[in-house]
Amino acid sequence: HFRFFFVTCGTDRRGSFQLSAMASAGGNPLVLPAVLHLRRSDADFTAALSERFRVLDFFSSGEPLPAFLAAAAAAPEPPRAAVVVGGGSVRVDASFLDAVPSLRCVLTTGAGIDHIDLAECARRGVAVANSGEVFSTDVADYAVGLLLDVLRRVSAAERYVRRGSWPVQGDYPLGSKLGGKRVGIIGLGNIGSRIARRLEAFGCIIHYNSRKPKDSISYKYFGNVHDLAAESDVLIVACALNKATRHIVDKDVLEALGKGGVVINIGRGANIDEAELVVALREGKIAGAGLDVFEHEPKVPAELFSMENVVLSRHVAVFTEESRSDLRAHTVGNLEAFFSGQPLLTPVDADSLVQ
Amino acid sequence: NRKGVALLAVVATLKLATMAAAGGKPAVLLLRPVDAPFAAALRDRFRVLDLYAPGQALPALAFVAAAAAVPEPPRATVIWGGVRVDASFLDAAPSLRCVVSTAAGLDHIDLAECARRGVAVANSGEVYSTDVADYAVGLLLDVLRRVSASERYVRRGSWAAQGDYPLGSKLGGKRVGIIGLGNIGSRIAKRLEAFGCIIHYNSRKPKDSVSYKYFPNVHELAAESDVLVVACALNKATRHIVNKDVLEALGKDGVVVNIGRGANIDEAELVIALREGKIAGAGLDVFEHEPKVPAELFSMENVVLSRHVAVLTEESRSDLRAHTIGNLEAFFSGQPLLTPVHADSLAQ
Repeated sequence: HFRFFFVTCGTDRRGSFQLSAMASAGGNPLVLPAVLHLRRSDADFTAALSERFRVLDFFSSGEPLPAFLAAAAAAPEPPRAAVVVGGGSVRVDASFLDAVPSLRCVLTTGAGIDHIDLAECARRGVAVANSGEVFSTDVADYAVGLLLDVLRRVSAAERYVRRGSWPVQGDYPLGSKLGGKRVGIIGLGNIGSRIARRLEAFGCIIHYNSRKPKDSISYKYFGNVHDLAAESDVLIVACALNKATRHIVDKDVLEALGKGGVVINIGRGANIDEAELVVALREGKIAGAGLDVFEHEPKVPAELFSMENVVLSRHVAVFTEESRSDLRAHTVGNLEAFFSGQPLLTPVDADSLVQ
Repeated sequence: NRKGVALLAVVATLKLATMAAAGGKPAVLLLRPVDAPFAAALRDRFRVLDLYAPGQALPALAFVAAAAAVPEPPRATVIWGGVRVDASFLDAAPSLRCVVSTAAGLDHIDLAECARRGVAVANSGEVYSTDVADYAVGLLLDVLRRVSASERYVRRGSWAAQGDYPLGSKLGGKRVGIIGLGNIGSRIAKRLEAFGCIIHYNSRKPKDSVSYKYFPNVHELAAESDVLVVACALNKATRHIVNKDVLEALGKDGVVVNIGRGANIDEAELVIALREGKIAGAGLDVFEHEPKVPAELFSMENVVLSRHVAVLTEESRSDLRAHTIGNLEAFFSGQPLLTPVHADSLAQ
């Protein structure tokens, strides 16, 4: 009990403690640090958190978000950390942070951070941690899988067989070889660099665009995506979504890519001007596309369903058993670092990204 | 009778064509359909006796016999996998001294019989190797990461809430057992290494030039692999090389990819293993009784099926054209074939 009292005083930055919490020590969940949990998690994830933290779970509360946040903020020992994910209704912005002023740390578990106002967090001294490289390999693998599927028509062949058809020789639309293709990667970070390495093994030639050229690599750098597209056969979107990269693949870029070109998107739907992409596909201005993300998920432009030269999936590039357990360990690791006053494992700096 | 008349008509046509043709071009017996560029390239250089010419109605063996009866009968033939080159074929066209096959495999050719008669055989060399290797990796990625399954879901208009989606499986760290480390198998290995896979293999003999772990038989290979990739030729030794025991050794998390020949796998046992969850999934480009595909597979979400398309790219089609003509020109000019096949080099 004595040791617990000491730890509680030490970690409560507001300098106060609650006698009621003290009185119910010894394994009681009230003694564990409170964590706001604002994502739909599987049972294993929630269990891992609950072993170490007092989890305030939004989706099982049944309350609307403002009421949930207000209740959490008003409780004794309000939460200092929050676990969020993108693609849902939770945006970590000024009003969110106003609602729970006790928050000092936000962890996001998805691959992207476009749902977090990093500048606002920095202004308030709220630390942000992302998922680091937990998903990078699986997303890179998936991007290659999409490209192989588009160029070699794997899913199209699948559909054909399952219909019970088997064509005579000569009727089958030919695929396209990977080797020798110039692949333009937009964003050569953790994911983009892994994609590059994999495609090199297939004999592809790697080109890229990023904010600045990377000295350590020998791939050809292009200062803008238009020039990249003009000298590539494939464009792969592997960058974050922010002001600079919204619709970074637009009508001009698609025209520059040209009618033999293929687009792969494992970034964010809004990295591409989706309406223009559909037009380009419909009119044969590009040859095909592999898309895991869309501008208005879960809506997918219905016109794509009738196209044989596109491969569509529903934002699943991160979903493997292995990355799910890696994510669990990684999230717990970041939370434990925060609550013990250590540096976060994978902090995100507002300055390191164009916002 | 009508058949006899048809036969005479074809012989007459071929004779006329032979006489009318510009001098000097050697005759080639063409026993597979070709696209226009390929046909033009052949006609530029050879006197083509084309089984698939418009209006040509004789069945294959009868056509071969008719071609054998013309003046200056063909000494070379271009075939594909659908033509069985055996004793009766060679009897029908005794003028043949060279068989150029455009197929990726050789199981349709009796190499021993060809060798006995001094008939040289050329295969497709490495024309397809890269595309087949790429396709094998595509199948594996599709099975492990459920690409086509996701596709089907989206096209149905469904979009699952988080948590409903069946998770895929990571490639990195998986032990991939390649059966046959030839032109295709070695390219598959190189690609999968870039994904972080660990390569194991079985072949007739260990290869000194590689550092992958060798297994003397496929059962042991399967026992220490998470994925089995069939990349070997089909012959007596490799028929049903993946059988019930091997599938059991691979185990319930195991995945099979076949870009070899359907008969490399005991297909009936494979279907059972999939049905009973004895293995986790399969990617199949070939089947034992093509074009028949076991209907039970159509309802499975953990299999990826295609219809023998691993070689079909624009690029390999034009490479094949150049390669085939290269072999024919080598033969007719008395040079060694570009890609000769020796009967002894394969277990027959």
